[in-house]
Amino acid sequence: MRTLIALLLFIPGVALAASSSIPLHDMEPDLDDKASLQRGAQTYMNYCMGCHSLKYQRYQRTADDLGIPHDLMMEHLVFDPDASIGALMENTLSADMAKQWFGAVPPDLTLYTALKGGPEYFYTYMRTFYEDPTRPFGMNNLLFENVGMPHVLLGLQGLQRKGCMQVPAVAPNGGEMRDPLTGEPITEEVCDHQEIISRGYNPLQLVEGTGELTPEEYDQVVYDLANFLYYTADPSRQERERIGVFVLLFLAFFYVFTQLLGREYTKEFH
Amino acid sequence: MSALQESFKNVMDWVDARLPVTETYEKHMSKYYAPKNFNFWYLFGVLATVVLVNQLLTGIWLTMSYVPTGDGAFASIEYIMRDVEYGWMLRYMHSTGASAFFFVVYLHMFRGLAYGSYQKPRELIWILGMLIYIALMAEGFFGYLLPWGNMSYWAGQVIVSLAGAIPVVGDSLATWVRGDFNISGITLNRFFALHVVLIPLVLIVLVFLHILALHEVGSNNPDGIDIKKNLDADGKPVDGVPFHPHYTIGHDLPGIVLFLFFFCGVMFFWPDGGGYFIEHPNYEPANPLKTPELIAPVWYYTPFYSMLRAATFPLFGLDAKFWGLVVMAGAIALPIVLPWLDRSPVRSIRYKGMGSKLFLAVFIVAFFILGYLGTKHPTAERTLVAQICTAIYFGYFLLMPWYTKVEKTKPVPERVTMP
Repeated sequence: MRTLIALLLFIPGVALAASSSIPLHDMEPDLDDKASLQRGAQTYMNYCMGCHSLKYQRYQRTADDLGIPHDLMMEHLVFDPDASIGALMENTLSADMAKQWFGAVPPDLTLYTALKGGPEYFYTYMRTFYEDPTRPFGMNNLLFENVGMPHVLLGLQGLQRKGCMQVPAVAPNGGEMRDPLTGEPITEEVCDHQEIISRGYNPLQLVEGTGELTPEEYDQVVYDLANFLYYTADPSRQERERIGVFVLLFLAFFYVFTQLLGREYTKEFH
Repeated sequence: MSALQESFKNVMDWVDARLPVTETYEKHMSKYYAPKNFNFWYLFGVLATVVLVNQLLTGIWLTMSYVPTGDGAFASIEYIMRDVEYGWMLRYMHSTGASAFFFVVYLHMFRGLAYGSYQKPRELIWILGMLIYIALMAEGFFGYLLPWGNMSYWAGQVIVSLAGAIPVVGDSLATWVRGDFNISGITLNRFFALHVVLIPLVLIVLVFLHILALHEVGSNNPDGIDIKKNLDADGKPVDGVPFHPHYTIGHDLPGIVLFLFFFCGVMFFWPDGGGYFIEHPNYEPANPLKTPELIAPVWYYTPFYSMLRAATFPLFGLDAKFWGLVVMAGAIALPIVLPWLDRSPVRSIRYKGMGSKLFLAVFIVAFFILGYLGTKHPTAERTLVAQICTAIYFGYFLLMPWYTKVEKTKPVPERVTMP
């Protein structure tokens, strides 16, 4: 039996790799950062809600969890005049019209980060729009190619362009190729964005002066949005983890006593 | 005897004369003698019972808020997750419980395989156990459709359409099962009925019979020794101890608490199991027009799903899909006849020869590999590995009459060895 268990331990662990066209940008969601969640909610209600509902979530729950007083929530973040604080966060976008406008119905985003296995997909997606005149709205996306959605935060981020780039050439030993006389790095032009990414560079370049925000400020806006959607996917996560700590502590404590009690019953035949 | 004790005795006498309460309690608890050398592996039976109770109770509460219609099912799950007080806890207890159920049942079955618990006179216990396992697979399958997520939908679509591979009647059979030409609201409704009424009833009856049969012949033990052969002056087994309280409190209670620790660890901190317990595509509603990138069943079915996909060539004029179905059904049904495949004079792996040890080890490894491959896209190499592992799976059972007979076994001791 022991050898058998030892054998089984050699079974390699299984890992679930998400498949996407480009590597996802890292972000660490933080549900304790209420200010971030509030800013995310604000951006969402102003820029996203018109097309993307959050129909499994309620205004009231969102306000309570994010620490927003109900009156402020109603005044500044609920744009549906018919909605009460207890209403589901629906919008009035007509599915038929949306199909005509965008080619697809904008999905509800309540569970989007769970659907994508984490907030990183959304975070990356919002950072990788670029100019593409062949698309109906003039924009395309590196992560979600030929997406029907226009770049709604274009005014904030500014225009990104994909193009050829001078990147350091790769030496035969795998390092950067350098000029043998001057020691200067030798660069080469690369146009394939996959190739540029694999060399460790960003294939998208921001056109100066086209956005209201600096790249850092824009990243924060997108981070807050992703963080907010991470919250809506499972709003009870924090309560769950808080209760979980007590449950595990209790069980660990209780185990000691059941073990001691159990020993009283088994010692006579062990 | 105090007045209170006396009146209690009078009440029990009155009841016992009409219903054998005391007799049943003694037969199954206080005077049921279990071998005293039980180890860690003997926890998983009682843990399966704990999980069964968990599934029944949380299931009842979930049905109170669940809406079994194509329009309402998905939203009602989110309603439970957000608006029902502690609904998220009920739902995660149930979804984690489903995975936990298979986890403990697989370990319980492995224990049976390793210690020969299926051998005479425990054939019926094993068969009833296999029927429980098959009922559990059905229960899990029907239940998996209920959240009405996109993976629920497509997994249901794939599995039900398997019936379509049966020659002549296949297509009409699949339509009959679905009640429609596609998985639809009517399918959801009937799967709900099967999941919450029929299969749980079947499971409870089978579990009852499983335990009844066990208590009739007595428990096996890690040495595979028959403790009833060695009785003391009172006719009690020398190597046995009363199940209650020695095992219930001495062994099972700490075991249950330990299990709950791990169960709650998953349930509170990792309820989707990294996409293995609740698959990511199930976070969007069923959509007949949008096939998930990879349709994979939940982890507990993946070994059999791999075997289904391992059949890649037509035979006797029947297409590969049909043979895949045959292989999968065969793989699930074959262990039922295990008691008649094992020709070894000893029960436990401790005293069996190298052949049994090697075959069991390779079988378990193959089962793990099949499980892993079932979560992946098939490629030519993976399919080849799956075919080899499928051959090993069947080889373990079909070659058993041979290798258990020719191998040299070790002598079995007279008395049990304590862990």
